[in-house]
Order: sequence, then structure tokens, then C-alpha cells
Amino acid sequence: MQTTVQRITPYRVLSYVMLFILAVIFTFPLYWIVTGSFKDAQAINAPAPVWFPTNPITTNYARLMERPAISWLLNTLFICGMAMLLICITATMAGYAIAKKRFACRALIFSIFVMAMALPKQVILIPLLKEISFLGLHNTLWAVIFPTVGWPFGVFLMKQFSENIPGSILEATRIDGAGEVQTFIQIVLPMVAPGIGALAIFTFISAWNDYFLQLLMLNTARTYTISVGIAKLQDEMFTDFGLIMAGAALAAIPIVVVFLMFQRFFTRGITMGAVKG
Amino acid sequence: MQYTLTQQARQRRRRENLVGYAFMLPSLLFFLGFVIFPMGMALVTSFTDYSMTTFGFVGLSNYIRAFKDAVFIKSLGNTLVIVLVSVPLVTLFSLWVASAVYKSSQFTSSLIRIIFYLPIVTGTVAVTVVWKWMFNNYYGLLNYVFKSLGIISSNINWLGNPATALWCIITILFTTSIGQPIVLYISALANVDPSLVEAGEVDGANHMQVFWKIKWPQIMPTTLYILVITTINSFQCFALIQLLTSGGPNNATNTIMYNIYYHAYKLNEYGYGNAMGILLALLIAIFSFFQFRLAKSDNE
Repeated sequence: MQTTVQRITPYRVLSYVMLFILAVIFTFPLYWIVTGSFKDAQAINAPAPVWFPTNPITTNYARLMERPAISWLLNTLFICGMAMLLICITATMAGYAIAKKRFACRALIFSIFVMAMALPKQVILIPLLKEISFLGLHNTLWAVIFPTVGWPFGVFLMKQFSENIPGSILEATRIDGAGEVQTFIQIVLPMVAPGIGALAIFTFISAWNDYFLQLLMLNTARTYTISVGIAKLQDEMFTDFGLIMAGAALAAIPIVVVFLMFQRFFTRGITMGAVKG
Repeated sequence: MQYTLTQQARQRRRRENLVGYAFMLPSLLFFLGFVIFPMGMALVTSFTDYSMTTFGFVGLSNYIRAFKDAVFIKSLGNTLVIVLVSVPLVTLFSLWVASAVYKSSQFTSSLIRIIFYLPIVTGTVAVTVVWKWMFNNYYGLLNYVFKSLGIISSNINWLGNPATALWCIITILFTTSIGQPIVLYISALANVDPSLVEAGEVDGANHMQVFWKIKWPQIMPTTLYILVITTINSFQCFALIQLLTSGGPNNATNTIMYNIYYHAYKLNEYGYGNAMGILLALLIAIFSFFQFRLAKSDNE
């Protein structure tokens, strides 16, 4: 058996070298954020870049805490956590129903969900803002949470996972006299648990970074998320890059840690969500 | 007997309907309330002069205005440049990365996925502010590195120069776009039926032939999905522009999405903003349609 593919050819060496260079370029911004956040003004504005802060300072973080950066972080956590919880509940129920229940207009509803997913999200944001103001939710965290929950990706993902539940098991449970709710909690939930995990982590990360929605819905410093807070900070402080990098680090590090911890779930979420779009 | 059976069936169907909709209800409420309703409103108000003070039907005049608006045309052009450059670039590049690593060890392919996903996870705002620093005219890393390498002789004001600003945006957009396509391609390539590849190799097909004749058709659905999501993302490029250039200098980086934001939130022209939004949605629909057509014809 020939294994031409794994042989070391000049092409392979070249592609690994290129991959390495690219990997450096792709990780560099994060490195530059973290190191930058510990640099003093002199190191920040040095004509030749200071590659590593030799005398690190924490003043940037101290100044950041004077803004209510911690409350920005708490707002973000609340939005992500609540959106995650609500999506996991609603999407799991709906995904199961679409996959396993034969109710009227099922196919039609599902295709509307899929079509809405292909629509550019931002196009609906102006009317959404008006609607949110009308409901009296503007400048509350719910203004970001509700539209996030409405987005149909979760339903689509959970439908994919629910397809794998064998109909015979559901039938057997029904014959045993279990009610619908009991079946859902005791049989369905454990079987789609990996899907819920993928959806949870996916929702958390995308809600954390949904800057545009947060920017529109939250206009008071009290309700800022970390992304909006940092964006306003750089509007105001301009070239105070030390402070801005501290903010960027505070926005990025928690979510990067979450991503690294749950990377497998996350990857499964995006691959499952793509099958036969 | 016959009668009771149909009655039973009917009862069963009614039960299925009831239970089905009960499970759908929470999700449908959010979906109808926060996606479908605003979508309908966007369409309706695009035919009005809706603003802070007015709300009257004006027919197609918002749409006509858009096509006479030099700034809109400019932003349309910039948006098309971004899409036409970044979509092929992201697709080809992620395919190349994925095919270079998908046979590697679990560790390597995980590492690659993490590295290329990092800019997305880091978050648009954090990534944008650090690039803004790197692009800075006086304190930026880029001018220093390029000068040391002898590529440029004096500092370039990357974001302040109409000739370079859009390319800076495209560069950052690229780094924040390829993570997902790489993950998708790695899993698609790993799922290609190995017996087909072996059969091809036994028949004497070379590397390129195996790739284009056997693997490429099998990963076509993934390619299509990647084309569509990358197109949508590129069309909606907003945060980068709002944070880096605010559409400037002299509208050189203005995009439709930024233009909508500007008219709706800075000038309170909701009707006009929504009309541009509908045009953007139509444009994306047209692009997606042609991508589907292309993918279909390529498969036959």
C-alpha cells in the first residue's frame, strides 16, 4: 500500500512553514493585547516596539476598575447566561417537536426557521430597536437577551440531534403509560444532552461577542456590556493604548478560557449545525 | 370497526398537534416576536418616510433615493469589493489549511482549529482595538516592522489613507472569518469515503485528480455552506468599520451596513435605513442563489 500522502515532500515542508507563520500572525493580536495591558506609557509609545513588558505595571487595570468595568463584566455574564438558559430550554423543546412530532404545518414552520437563518440579522435591527423601546425594554439587559433567544439556529441544531432518538424507544415509553412531559424529561433530555452542551457553549460565545446588538440596545453606562464599554473607552481615550488593551484583555480572556475548556463541544456545535443546511 | 379506527386516528392526530405546538410554543413566541415581526416591520416601513417626526406612505421613493445617493452607491461598491475579495480568499485559504492538517494527529488538528478560531473568540471589539493600535501611524507595530524589512521607507497612515483603509478592513475581516470554515472543512474532508479515494489511487489517479474528482464533489455541500455564511458575514461587516474608521476617510470604507447604521441612528431616518436594509437582504439573496446554482452545475 502506497502512502504517498504522508511522505515528506518539499510541498509538505513548505505548507507547514507557512502554517507556522500564519499561526504566529493569528495568535499575535491576543499576545499583543495581554502584554500591552501591562505596559507603561513609555513602553506603549516607544518608537521601536517593546516585545515584552520588562517592568510590568498594573496601573492600567486599576484605572479600568475605576470605570465600572466589573459591572460591565457582570452585565455580560448575565446576558450570556440567561440567553444560554432560555435558548437551551426553548430550542430543545422545539427541536424535539420538529424532529419527532407529526403536527400540522411542521415542514412549513421548519422551512421558515431555516430561511430566517439565512437572512442578514442586522437588517431587522432598526424595527427591533423600535419594538424593544415600545415594550419599555430599551436600556435593560433583556433588550439583548430576547432577540438572541429568538434567533432560530438553536432550534435547527437541536432538531439535528433529536433526529437520532429512535422512534421505537419513544413508542415503548408511550405504551408504558408515560406522559409527554415525563417522556421528554426522562428519555429525550439525556439523549440530546451532547447537543444541549454544544448549543450552550455556542450561544454563550456568540452572545458574548454580539457587539452590534449590544451597542444598539444599551446606551447607559450602567447597562454596558464589556464589548460596548471597551468600544466607548477607545472612543474617548483615543491613544491611551495601555488602558484600552487592559479593557480588551478583560473582554477577551474569560471567553477565550471558556472556549479552550469546551472546545470539543463547540466544534461539534458548528459542524452539526452545518450538515445539509 | 372502520368508524372507530378513523375516530381513533383523528383523536391521535389532534393529540399530536396539541403536543407538538405545546413544545413549539416558547420558541415560536420568541421567533415570531423578535425575528418575524421586526422583519415584517422592516419591509413595511421601507415604503414610508418614518423618522422621529413623520410617518407617512411614500411608495418607492426611499428605494429611488438610494440609487441616486452617491454615498449609498459608494458604500455599495465598497461592500461588493469586500465580498468579492474576502469570500473566495476565505474559502480557498480555509480549504488549503484544512487539507494540510486533516490527516494529522488529533493534537495538531485541534491546535490548528484553536489557533485559527482564536480571533473570533477573542471578540470583534478586542481584536479591532489591538489592530487599531498596530495600524497606528506613530505608535503602530506595522510601520516599524515594514520599515525594518525595507518594504516601506516612511510611516504610512494605514487607516487614514483612502488607498489602504479598505484593505486594512479586509485583512482584519479575513483573520476573523476563516476559523469556522476551517473547522467545517476539516470535518468534511475527514468524512470523505476512504474506499473511493483508494479506488482512485489504485486506478492511478494522481494527487490533484484524487482531490478534484473525488474529494471536491463530496465536500461540495460544505463548500456551499461556507460560501453562503462567508458572503452573509462579509456583507454585514459593521463593527470593524464603526470602530476603526467610521466609514472614512471620505467614505472610502463606508459599507451598506454602516450606512444603514448612520442613517437610522445618527440621522433618525428609519424608513430610508430600512429600505437600504431590504436592498442588502435582496443582494445577499441574489448572491446565495447564484452560489447554489454554481454549486449545482459543478456537481453534475
